[in-house]
Amino acid sequence: MSSTLTLDWILAILPEISLVVLLAAVLVYDRGLKPANRRNVGLLSAWGAFAILLLTLGLWVFLGVPNIQQALSVDSLLWGGMIRNDLITLVFRVMFLAALMITSLITIDVKRLQRGEFFALLITATIGFSLMAASADLIMLYIALETASISSYVLAGFMTEDDKSAEAGMKYFVYGAMATGVMLYGMSLLHGLFSSIGIPSTNFYQMGSVLSNAGAIPPEANGVILLAAALIIFGFGFKISAVPFHFWTPDVYNGSPTSFTAFVSTASKAAGFAVFLRVFTAGTFGAPGQESLWWALLISMCVITMTLGNFAAIYQNDIKRLLAYSSIAQAGYALIGLVAFTPDGSAATMFYLLMYVFTNMAAFGVIILIHNVSGSNDLRDLYGLNRRSPYLALVMLFALLSLGGIPPTAGFIGKFFVFKAAVDAGYWWLALLGILNAFVALYYYLSIVKYMYLYRSDDEDVPIPISRAAQIGLGISVFFIIFLGIYAGPAYDWTREAANAFFTLVVG
Amino acid sequence: MIPLSWYLIVSALLFSIGLYGVMARRNAVAILMAVELMLNAVNINLVAFWRYTAPDGAVGLTWAVFVLTVAAAEAAVGLALIISIYRRRDSVIAEELDMLKN
Repeated sequence: MSSTLTLDWILAILPEISLVVLLAAVLVYDRGLKPANRRNVGLLSAWGAFAILLLTLGLWVFLGVPNIQQALSVDSLLWGGMIRNDLITLVFRVMFLAALMITSLITIDVKRLQRGEFFALLITATIGFSLMAASADLIMLYIALETASISSYVLAGFMTEDDKSAEAGMKYFVYGAMATGVMLYGMSLLHGLFSSIGIPSTNFYQMGSVLSNAGAIPPEANGVILLAAALIIFGFGFKISAVPFHFWTPDVYNGSPTSFTAFVSTASKAAGFAVFLRVFTAGTFGAPGQESLWWALLISMCVITMTLGNFAAIYQNDIKRLLAYSSIAQAGYALIGLVAFTPDGSAATMFYLLMYVFTNMAAFGVIILIHNVSGSNDLRDLYGLNRRSPYLALVMLFALLSLGGIPPTAGFIGKFFVFKAAVDAGYWWLALLGILNAFVALYYYLSIVKYMYLYRSDDEDVPIPISRAAQIGLGISVFFIIFLGIYAGPAYDWTREAANAFFTLVVG
Repeated sequence: MIPLSWYLIVSALLFSIGLYGVMARRNAVAILMAVELMLNAVNINLVAFWRYTAPDGAVGLTWAVFVLTVAAAEAAVGLALIISIYRRRDSVIAEELDMLKN
């Protein structure tokens, strides 16, 4: 890693730099807006996210940044070993920017959220997520994670006039601060261990390569590594809301502004998986294997997450709480890909997260529109939705089918790749548990479909206005749910190329 | 010189007290203080490791400074959220914040 500033360095974080510019633009633009034009600030945020998405993809297509061949060496670390700009970073960036864009689109016409601060914080969180996915160093990882978390705490408590939102913000803050504190303590132990064998580095690729040399670490230090791993899993598990670190999820998802719930359930989860993928694939906690204790920890976490999430979701009568438990269960499915520990498995996890962005955005977009009219999030509000607004019901139907994993939606393909990777890696029983869980999940997803299409409601003549921006946001989501469902090849090949390059480098 | 392990024991104690505080305290401000204790434990760890194992470099020190900075930002946001809930509910007792329960 060289230490002079080159064009490569700038290009590696150009999307984040552009996001900072967009952040400033949103704040400045917001000051001069007349009350009648308040929705324009959301419009700026959405267009900005779209432009940066095009820029990121354009850099890759036309300039070859990130360079896939060059990424096959540890020298490709930039900014003094802080950033690794590879295809995995690109895949996750696309997810975050798509999530930012669709969140902005479905938020534009929510009256209470038409404020510059809301979008500015969304953009700050996106910068944090994006740097999390790119980080190659524990310090960088910590700073990026806190950038994302601190802005998320404020977003969760954004509607100060709403008791529930204030409470959600506070709960998210307390649990989040505790989780990052625990994670940080684990990281400091890990750093201390490596420092005391003469490698005072915080770069986790370097740590991984040390650990893969047998004998580099004295055997009595294994306990420390296990402890550090457990503490760090606490922090990461919190981000992806895996059981037993999920306790915040239902409350925060329920109380937060729904736009933020949509954002946190997709982008934040994806960012958590990005660091999970990087740190554990790098082998920072030693070579994986079924015999090692922490690998057993990971597998049991995966199984419990799926099962508890699905069974708890059955008993919910609030749609946001139901989707919160459903998102816990979805994290369990996505974890299967990481547990398989093959390039295909990681690729499947990335594909799963990509399709989950669009799926959950569609579901929460519909909930926002219904909430605008009904003012509550009860499951009863969905009764007779088909008679009130057939298009909205159709969008929700696709989102639910995708969450449940029914063809021809992206959810089916996502689950298929994850389960296939597990079977190929020899975890056929894990795939079987996943499939059984998917059947349980179908029960509550299809009950919502039943409410929408078969039940009657007293407000069937009350129309649900759908703004142009929300139409576009939902349209994009549904398009990708179907597109990734019937033509998943290019997207899956893309994630597999990313995972292959990464595995060749760090696992060998 | 005092051995490294003494520092690590102090830091582990501080961390445990902090974690216990987060779990057991009822007042939100006290919970915030407990979180700060956990972060201070981390800083003791980092600086002690720096001093005893790699005093030539600056990794541990740099990291500790970052932790301090982020902790300050976190405390600011945390207090803001506590004030926002106090205005609505006239209470900062964690157990009384139970609107979000089924």
